[in-house]
Amino acid sequence: MDQNSATYEGQKMYDPKGWWDTYVFSQDHKVIALQYVCVALAIGLTGMFLSLLMRMQLGFPGLFESIDAGSYYQDVTMHGMIMVIYLLTALFLGGFGNYLIPLMLGCRDMAFPFVNMLSFWMYFLSVIILVASFFVESGPTGAGWTLYPPQSILEGTPGGDGAGIILMLASLAVFIVAFTMGGLNYITTVLQSRAKGMTLMRMPLIIWCIFLATFLGLLAFPALLVGAIMLIFDRVLETSFFMPEIFKGGEVLDYGGGSPVLFQHLFWFFGHPEVYIIALPAFGIISELISVHARKNIFGYNMMVWALIAIAGIAFIVWAHHMYVAGMNPYLGFFFATTTLIIAVPTAIKVYNWVLTLWNANIKMTVPMLYCLAFLVTFLNGGLTGLFLGNVAVDVPLSDTYFVVGHFHMVMAVSPVLALYGGLYHWYPSVTGRMLNDTLGKIHFWITFVGTYLIYFPMHYIGFLGVPRRYYSNEQYDFIPQSVADLNQFITVCALIVGAAQFILLYNFIVSLYKGAIAPKNPWGACTLEWQTLESPPGHGNWGEQLPVVYRWPYEYGLPGATSDFVPQNVPDEQIT
Amino acid sequence: MSNNQTVTFEHSIPDNLKGLVADWSSDVQTFRVRWSKAMMWIFLVSDTFIFGSFLCAYMAVRLTTIEPWPPTSEVFALHVGGADVPLLLIAIMTFILISSSGTMAMAVTSGYKKQRKKTAFLILLTALGGVAFVGMQMFEWSKLIFEEGIRPWGNPFGAAQFGGFFFMITGFHGLHVSIGVVYLSIVAKRVWEGRYDRLDDYQMVEVVGLYWHFVDLVWIFIFAFFYLW
Repeated sequence: MDQNSATYEGQKMYDPKGWWDTYVFSQDHKVIALQYVCVALAIGLTGMFLSLLMRMQLGFPGLFESIDAGSYYQDVTMHGMIMVIYLLTALFLGGFGNYLIPLMLGCRDMAFPFVNMLSFWMYFLSVIILVASFFVESGPTGAGWTLYPPQSILEGTPGGDGAGIILMLASLAVFIVAFTMGGLNYITTVLQSRAKGMTLMRMPLIIWCIFLATFLGLLAFPALLVGAIMLIFDRVLETSFFMPEIFKGGEVLDYGGGSPVLFQHLFWFFGHPEVYIIALPAFGIISELISVHARKNIFGYNMMVWALIAIAGIAFIVWAHHMYVAGMNPYLGFFFATTTLIIAVPTAIKVYNWVLTLWNANIKMTVPMLYCLAFLVTFLNGGLTGLFLGNVAVDVPLSDTYFVVGHFHMVMAVSPVLALYGGLYHWYPSVTGRMLNDTLGKIHFWITFVGTYLIYFPMHYIGFLGVPRRYYSNEQYDFIPQSVADLNQFITVCALIVGAAQFILLYNFIVSLYKGAIAPKNPWGACTLEWQTLESPPGHGNWGEQLPVVYRWPYEYGLPGATSDFVPQNVPDEQIT
Repeated sequence: MSNNQTVTFEHSIPDNLKGLVADWSSDVQTFRVRWSKAMMWIFLVSDTFIFGSFLCAYMAVRLTTIEPWPPTSEVFALHVGGADVPLLLIAIMTFILISSSGTMAMAVTSGYKKQRKKTAFLILLTALGGVAFVGMQMFEWSKLIFEEGIRPWGNPFGAAQFGGFFFMITGFHGLHVSIGVVYLSIVAKRVWEGRYDRLDDYQMVEVVGLYWHFVDLVWIFIFAFFYLW
């Protein structure tokens, strides 16, 4: 197959004509990636706004009369769903995946550019449907982001009277279609369309991570799709897949014989791999950034790859650790606790390898590096509290307290977002050709890092006190001491500051687009291929006439005998000076 | 360290694994097939998990539901010549669908032999089998709904979940067959027009064949779990 010509398996390469083709209905992977990033960040800001509404109620109960118990639950639900699925999944795989896979692997575009474009527009449609649920009668669903039946489809649940839950489930189904179309592209491209010399074990770690995360998604989202379809049927057709016999206000409803725990199994069979769908790309970004900004090869590349594969495999047999108190057979908890603790082993290998990469390295305290260090600390913290929750006996008293909220926000909310920000600062020059403002970046970093710690660390303590999560108000319970209210106020103030600080990033992005310093071609001195394009930022088709040829692994820093402290992947041995 | 992982332990690999090792350690592409064929395989793995989730959910509910499951051999029986013949309709449907897999396999073979007209004809025959299957499924559904009163939310025989699962899973499978018929027709048209002759590559026929065999295989499971259990 002649990949150097502008043909693609016998088809002509996509050739944009005019403005709409180039910027809107584009099939270029770089434009699609940017579209994903912009839409995901926009909906992510919405999710952040919802979390601030929740914090206002928890910190200053009753200050805003518009936040009643119903709308509080709706905010909780939509915040969770938006952040996990529509922000992080879409941004890591749709955004970073689309941008980096073809550039880092040295090919011209994704394997199926048209399907790739459809993937974005389906995602856009799913976001529209999701947002539409805010505007229907009685608003979006307030059933909690896990959408557990029976309450998620019964009237009387906040938002349960209108079409909120239907729109939520429909939006998820559309999102899954979008993800499948994108995911097939990512996997096919990684497996079938690499540059000459790019073996699997010479791929940058982030490509491995995105590849495995996509694989997880393709195998995990089906369970959610099935759960969503059955839940829609339960609601619309009054089937009883998940619905036991239910009395409501003294009346028997038309349901009976179904199993609510079945939904939880389906949901978490998706839900736990989903944690790794988010975490693996974050791992990948950290692996790249830590190596580039510490000017040192990644420690234990092979071990990193096999650890990733192990994590991806074990991720499918740990799901019921979310269900210790759900009423499943208690003996199952023993199995799932064991697998849960086993998955800590490959994860620990990765953390040790990052730390050992820093050992004796020439660490540059750039903004991306700061985010790497922050990620390591936060992820370690969140991982250690995971050991508490993974054990059944410890989990039972901690379940559904703020300890859980603190744990998962540390490990799968703040950590991935820190990696995400690091990645955005790192690759911004590649996308726009301009550098971000360093000072603003550092201010944004310190407020975000310290701020998120101040928000989530006290939650562990609140959780130990036994304060239940998802409660609209904690005022009328005798067992909750005054210190909780004080801490909640403190957390809310921190959350407001961190929330406001995100606009520094936004401001930095927009202003640097026009006024930022012109970026040199390879500003960080990275070895990977996305910085070795002819033009910077890379043009359509990425590589000009000749596709790159790869001669070495992606972390060739400090090669003995070379004058430069890095050797790009596409430089042959005889050209090293 | 330049991470040049030349395989120095080649002699220690058993002969039958050498191809596997060569594929996974090669550059450019892992599988020597067209991209669309690789993509179809990956899609089918994903789709397996959809049907797998449906069937697991069905089995779980069937085991835990409080009312007895309807007597399937009676529900699915066809009244022919004064007697109830169990599994008659479904046996015919299954026979037709499996036969269509046979014609599909023949189409792939004749495609690789570059027999344009024969390939197009065999693909159309396969699509016809799919249409017949969906048509008989519609007949079965209407019989169950209008004559026996089975609805997604309940039925006169026992557990309410029977109708829900039956219509949902066979419906989802029927949707796959219908999409397959459209897909087959498109490929048949392209074969007939000679597009794959010009490309000198009939692999797209095999790609649609993969999809069709998968839909067939899924049916075997649905058949076993709904009609024989």
